[in-house]
Amino acid sequence: MSTKVKKITGKKVATIVCAYFIAWLFVYPYINMFLTSVKSHDELYATPTTYLPRVWQWRNYIDVWDNAPIASFLKSSLIVSLSATILVLIVSVPAAYFISRYRFKMRGPFLLLVLATQMFSPTALIIGIFREVDFFKLLDSYLALIILNAGFNLAFAIWLLSGFFSSIPVEIEEAALIDGCTRMQALRRVTLPIALPGLVTAVIFTFVAAWNEFTIALTIMSSVDKKPIPVGITQFIGQYDIAWEFLFTSTIIAIIPVVILFISIEKYLVGGLTAGSVK
Amino acid sequence: MLKNSAAKRPKKLKVSHNVSLLSAVPWIGPALLLILLVVIWPVIELIRTSFTDISLAGSLLDFNGLTNYRDLLANADLYPVAKRTLVWVFGIVFFTVLLSLPLAQLINQNFPGRKYVRWAMIFPWAASVVMTSMIWTWILDAYSGELNLTLTHLGLISEPVDWVNNPGSSFYFLMWVAVFVSVPFTSFVLLAGLQSIPADIIEAASVDGATSWQIYRRIKFPLLRNALLIATMINLINVFNSFPIIWVMTRGGPGYDTDTTTTFAYKLAFIESNMGQSTALGVFNFMIILVIVGFYLRITKATRTEL
Repeated sequence: MSTKVKKITGKKVATIVCAYFIAWLFVYPYINMFLTSVKSHDELYATPTTYLPRVWQWRNYIDVWDNAPIASFLKSSLIVSLSATILVLIVSVPAAYFISRYRFKMRGPFLLLVLATQMFSPTALIIGIFREVDFFKLLDSYLALIILNAGFNLAFAIWLLSGFFSSIPVEIEEAALIDGCTRMQALRRVTLPIALPGLVTAVIFTFVAAWNEFTIALTIMSSVDKKPIPVGITQFIGQYDIAWEFLFTSTIIAIIPVVILFISIEKYLVGGLTAGSVK
Repeated sequence: MLKNSAAKRPKKLKVSHNVSLLSAVPWIGPALLLILLVVIWPVIELIRTSFTDISLAGSLLDFNGLTNYRDLLANADLYPVAKRTLVWVFGIVFFTVLLSLPLAQLINQNFPGRKYVRWAMIFPWAASVVMTSMIWTWILDAYSGELNLTLTHLGLISEPVDWVNNPGSSFYFLMWVAVFVSVPFTSFVLLAGLQSIPADIIEAASVDGATSWQIYRRIKFPLLRNALLIATMINLINVFNSFPIIWVMTRGGPGYDTDTTTTFAYKLAFIESNMGQSTALGVFNFMIILVIVGFYLRITKATRTEL
């Protein structure tokens, strides 16, 4: 205890002050977002403006549901993000497992393709995407949005999971195989439970990425009630008298859950995003 | 760093060698199909369309050779946009890396509350960029924003300034928001790099009397090279592709004054119905990304063979 106290030097204090200041800087816009979301409309446009709300208008969080179609935005976001996540999981687990356990012809090119797709953003390909979706007559459909979100997030899941599978000794599975399990059963009963942190990370990352996706949804979704929340809320901006208080209640509702999810997988994020080449 | 992690692996990782391609199909087939459908098809469609005379949803494709490319290059608006894109990409990536290097070092120190500081940095990374751009638009607002409120309190300005819509400052504030959302990811990649440096090397150096700056400069920084390169590559691509910040805050306007080639291509296609030039620009954009991805694949090759 006493040695701990002695260790606090001037340098350490400077580190702490510096770190807390930076932390505040990163959260500041979101604090501002929150404070704006509990101000009244009149107060928002009053000059001079104020840092803190004069009256804390918590009612905004109830009124927003009647004043903006955020219930349907959130519903769309949930449908698309959950479905895309499930699709990614179904497709990536077998692929990741196979490339970590087997060597086959074209394995190298396949890995290359996966990694390359992680780097291609939908933005650059948006015209091609639009025309393809139009070709399948799937414009303004959840299905197209789900498949596209899954496709662009598949690479992260495959990289992350194959890293996890590779680190699990084959001997553990072999024991299961000797006991009469098939490869698939060994994967399901032995390997997947051990790789659970990887699965959770892949699930959360995909969900958050799909939740935040903007460009594709902006381009292919046209019905108001089918727009996911990042696209839906941009409609507030076009209005003459922007209801900033409702805009920011909506964004707070949309942001808080994904920040918590991301914090919970912080440890594993970097590995998947950098193809394991850093961590 | 790579050699080090290879050494940690169990010596004989038993994998089944040279299984037939056919047996791979049920395992990797779905992933391959999804990639072909979602990524490769649009690439081919984009390139094919760029050589045709076509409207956005039109199904009749008349081959018109390089006309779209010629039209694009004859478009006088392209050149200021292209120049601005260079400023956008290199400016943002430079400042992102510059800020992230000391920041990674900082959050690698041991101090009470470190966990919460890291959590705070997750916010801009996890939150939707659209929403982050909206709150910055509000903070920078001429009459209701806190920036002007604070600057007025400090006596630095006497009249409200419209930062986002002012042609002189607009683009720099967009770049600031881009740096703001890029720094957390970059710092975490560099932090992972710092954490992978074996503690005994650092200890040995400090026993030999090296100062902490010498340790950073001579040992940590060289070992961070890989992490730094990868973070830079990923940032180059992300920033080049960046769309929501500009779209939400200025729509690339007024005119094309805050457009990059990415938002310009989008505008041409979906606002101005100029499909020809847009697809030609889209192909240019895609080629630039391809070059950066090529570098990235070379750097990560060592890891891939190890997997």
